[in-house]
Amino acid sequence: MIECKIKIQLESFMLDANFSIPDRGITVVFGPSGSGKTTLLRAIAGLEKSDDGFLKIGDSVWQKGEDFLATHKRQIGYVFQDAALFDHLDVKGNLNFVIKRAIGLKEDFIESIHNLLEIKTLLNRKTTQLSGGEKQRVAIARALLTNPKILLLDEPLSALDLKRKNEILPYLDSIHNDLEIPILYVTHSQDEMSRLADHLLLIEDGNIVGSGPVNDMLTRFDMPLSHGGDAVSIIEAEVLKRDSEFNLMHLDFLGGQFIVPDNSFPVQTKVRIRVVARDVSLTKSKQVDTSILNIFPAMVQEIVNEGEAQVMVRLQIKETILLACITRKSSYKLRLEKGSEVFVQVKSVAILS
Amino acid sequence: MLNELDFSAIIVTIKLAIVSTSILILIGTPIAWWLSQTKFKFKAVFEAIIALPLILPPTVLGFYLLITLGSNGPIGKLLESLGGSSIAFTFTGLVVGSVIYSMPFVVQPLQNSFSSVGRKPLEVAATLGASKIDRFFSVAVPLSRSGFITAAVLGFAHTVGEFGVVLMIGGNIPGETGVVSIAIYDHVEAMEYGQAHWLAGGLLATSFLMLLFVYIINRHFSIMRSKD
Repeated sequence: MIECKIKIQLESFMLDANFSIPDRGITVVFGPSGSGKTTLLRAIAGLEKSDDGFLKIGDSVWQKGEDFLATHKRQIGYVFQDAALFDHLDVKGNLNFVIKRAIGLKEDFIESIHNLLEIKTLLNRKTTQLSGGEKQRVAIARALLTNPKILLLDEPLSALDLKRKNEILPYLDSIHNDLEIPILYVTHSQDEMSRLADHLLLIEDGNIVGSGPVNDMLTRFDMPLSHGGDAVSIIEAEVLKRDSEFNLMHLDFLGGQFIVPDNSFPVQTKVRIRVVARDVSLTKSKQVDTSILNIFPAMVQEIVNEGEAQVMVRLQIKETILLACITRKSSYKLRLEKGSEVFVQVKSVAILS
Repeated sequence: MLNELDFSAIIVTIKLAIVSTSILILIGTPIAWWLSQTKFKFKAVFEAIIALPLILPPTVLGFYLLITLGSNGPIGKLLESLGGSSIAFTFTGLVVGSVIYSMPFVVQPLQNSFSSVGRKPLEVAATLGASKIDRFFSVAVPLSRSGFITAAVLGFAHTVGEFGVVLMIGGNIPGETGVVSIAIYDHVEAMEYGQAHWLAGGLLATSFLMLLFVYIINRHFSIMRSKD
């Protein structure tokens, strides 16, 4: 577990963060600009000092009351928004800077980081000869070479254009899959959050307003993300088979099978599906003469009003939770209430990985 | 042409400039670093004290140094009670005077380049496991190369060019405290314009070349920086 209880007073801003999150996978720190995300990350790195507090990463305690471990003694990997490579050193120099100082670094770990981020061809370049995406790759490799107990990423993609972003994302996936380092990822981009998060830490005005597994946080009605036009659900799935006749693929999830256009992922690939609440409609009986392929039986868990005209419905498809945003009139017509049995029709989905 | 005394003056001058510049960098670097990092309320007071020699007539500084370092002054007395002798009218005294007099020329360029390094690279170095001292030597110093070159050249050139302080506490002893700037004055007093020309022209040329070097170096570094 990662346990954190810190209070930091900056000039016009107070961060009061008290939470615990799992020490594995990617935890996305999500919130609007100026909500304290970066301050929280800096505090965990020891770059901002909390006079009193508690911080424990796995089995290392970094702050206990007034006992505060200085940044350079914390085994952290920190990736800044702008890569922040040292310009007086080349790529190799930047990596050696940390290799010389890292604790318990093994030769084969160094090798695996070089391979993971495909650094070898960049080694002899000057930092000024790197593209934005390459800089960020070197910065991530440099951060990982600290042999960190936690990897802190501060909006690492926000300075990159879409093409470069898509260049970096697969590397983040491999870190996620291959290394057992917990990652704290700060962003205000819903795309990055829904693609990467296992766990979500919601922050607003310097306070933690929610913490939990990503789809819980997206679909719980006491959480801000489950309301409004941006409401989505995330479903983990796996490619089950490919249908070459119609060029489709079948994705298996805890609740059934999605049928979506084939994008040539091999069978057994793990994928993440994002369903926008407005793209989900409900029927009382199963439609047969419809163009919609993805229809699942479900049970209504909860309904709340969304403004005057609409309602948000939380549905349970076996073990999967899904949001649907429909009109209040339809809900009235179908006599929806907690426990109603319905059929969910999903008009479109986005495949995130 | 130049006589033996002139050559000894040139040697003393170069020796003085080398010794003073080395001491200036050693003392000036930590002062400049402190000034660039501190949030201390009365920092301006220290900055003003360091900058004083820029505007103070050298004779004023020389006068106070003479009073302090002479055998009746507090430091002179202290040295004598420790079994030494007063350092007024010695090479050592000259070095002390030069160091104080050229201090702003070393501290200010260093402080500026330390400040322009900014907090970010130091924070990055901290996250990569570098301690405070380590960060200074491995990040702040290499990123301030141009500041060090400027500081050293200006400190050197300014020490070579000083006159008033040297006159007050040096005493113009040949081979010990007799420097070029005073030798020129002596030649002019004795109407030996030929020798004065050689020395003055030499100083002019060296000073110009050193400043040219500083400007070229700074241009080079600022171009490198703007390429990022």
